[in-house]
Amino acid sequence: MSAQDIQLRPPRPTKLSPIVGRVLLYAIIIGCSLLFTLPFLWTIGTSLKAQDELYTFPPTFLPSVPRWANYAAVFELAPFGRFLLNTMIITVVAVIGQTSSAAVVAYGFSRFRFPGRNVLFLIVLATMMLPWHVTIVPSFLLFRTLGWINTFLPLIVPSFFGGGPFFIFLLRQFFLSIPRDLDEAAKIDGASSFQIFWMILLPLSKVALATVAIFSFIEHWNEFIGPLIYLNSTNLFPVSIGLRYFLASTFTGDEPRDAILMAASLIVALPPLILFFVAQKYFVEGIATTGIKG
Amino acid sequence: MSQTHVTERPGGQARPARRSSALQRREALEGYLWISPWIIGFLIFTAGPMIVSLYLSFTRYKIGDIPEWIGLENYRQAFFVDPLFWPSLARTIIYAVVLVTLGVCLSLLAAMLLNQKIHGRSIFRALFYLPSLTPVVAQAVIWGWLFQPQFGLVNFLLEKLGLPTPGWFTSQEWVIPGIIIVSLWASVGGGRMIIFLAGLQGVPAELYEAAELDGAGQVARFWYVTIPLISPTIMFNAIIGVIGSFSVFSIAYIAADGGPNYGSWFYMLHLYHNAFTFFQMGYASALAWVLFVLMMALTLFQLWLSKKWVHYEYTEGGQ
Repeated sequence: MSAQDIQLRPPRPTKLSPIVGRVLLYAIIIGCSLLFTLPFLWTIGTSLKAQDELYTFPPTFLPSVPRWANYAAVFELAPFGRFLLNTMIITVVAVIGQTSSAAVVAYGFSRFRFPGRNVLFLIVLATMMLPWHVTIVPSFLLFRTLGWINTFLPLIVPSFFGGGPFFIFLLRQFFLSIPRDLDEAAKIDGASSFQIFWMILLPLSKVALATVAIFSFIEHWNEFIGPLIYLNSTNLFPVSIGLRYFLASTFTGDEPRDAILMAASLIVALPPLILFFVAQKYFVEGIATTGIKG
Repeated sequence: MSQTHVTERPGGQARPARRSSALQRREALEGYLWISPWIIGFLIFTAGPMIVSLYLSFTRYKIGDIPEWIGLENYRQAFFVDPLFWPSLARTIIYAVVLVTLGVCLSLLAAMLLNQKIHGRSIFRALFYLPSLTPVVAQAVIWGWLFQPQFGLVNFLLEKLGLPTPGWFTSQEWVIPGIIIVSLWASVGGGRMIIFLAGLQGVPAELYEAAELDGAGQVARFWYVTIPLISPTIMFNAIIGVIGSFSVFSIAYIAADGGPNYGSWFYMLHLYHNAFTFFQMGYASALAWVLFVLMMALTLFQLWLSKKWVHYEYTEGGQ
């Protein structure tokens, strides 16, 4: 054990008094929290400014009079309502696909013995490390051949085929932790493997399924590269691409362009943040279990 | 606690039950049936495309044409002709090295801060975590404004401190440092920190107590107890971090589209534009495979390196 390696030391050097240490600790933590949150606070301030308050030096934090009209302008200057609806459709369908399909596959890996199971599961784990760029060109060609370009299909159909290695892994770990005695008992009573899955495992796995659904939601809400490659009609854009479209377009008139952009970014960023505050517990446990990156 | 799952191996639990081979066959068949969505998806959306992309990398292929076999020409093109290939690769490697080194160290430090006995830990953890939830487009827009050269907050603060005020996303030299800052902001307190936090909480308190009895100070305890015990976590984060930062695309694409003057023209932007702006699908596939082989080699190298210093004793004990 490494504790043996530790050299014996003479009495410790004089330490800061414990109170000073505590104060310093809190100061550092609060300072870091500010670093992480200041960009959001600054964005909120900017999003409420009028044209003449945007371009001042030194910059001000808050506007003298908040201009709430900037938030309405987001929806007037671009079809942002449409973007939000598109994102909702893609996200909801993909979340259902990923969660259900990962549960089905995880059940297969956790409850059945078959030749090659461990090798196949290693392949599942290996695909976690597969960078997205290796398959992007042929995937595009595949979807193009199928006539799926400029539809939501490339963004949602793959979700129904396995649901991604992280989620399979997470649910498999969870299913393994559920005692097998329960399904053995049900089997003796004549339950089919589907009934065991549906009536025993799934009801016991609500927390794990919720964790998967939450991560899947964030992943799809924030997805950028897929929509960028597969969609080209403005009326199909999700918010991620819509915001970029908004960024690249020029405004006419005297609307405060940068303030409206900030308002739009906050609208795009808000749903994942709200979800996080509602379901923080799931995030922390899910990440600690599987190593999913937020 | 749950941190033991992080390194848990996929081995199943073998049951010694003796059963008839008909039952075993039935169980195997059902098993294949349950995992069949993944098998089909893997073949159609992963393995198939990888093979196709390897084939295309040896062809000249514009969308709509028939692929024309040209052997290693695309690779020759990349290594010896394409003036953007080496610079974009070098840029990406520098970015990855800086970002992974800084990111892993800072995440570990943040996790150690949050691992102290403090009030309101879950609130601080939430605040640290928020940036990682922000969609990358929103990150680019928000930071584009913070980095605004004349009216932005960052340059205002720099000027107050008497420091130079660079052009950030509008400057060829400063665009990558700017992107690194955004990426650090968005990743230091994210999933990586939470994984470290779980790792730190898994270090048995007795070890610290034993070390303290032996006279180890805080620094010694960190180097000789904490670091060895969480080294598998550090390794995991480093590998995932390298893979992620080699694939950097979205933030550079949105913030500056590879500019100004190719200043943020990362490897993936080169690949993307070859594929989806110039429709050189054969050449883009070759670019994809060059990067893939490089990343595989790097991952294997990291794993080999990890045998030398990663301390697996504690986590594998449970097997």
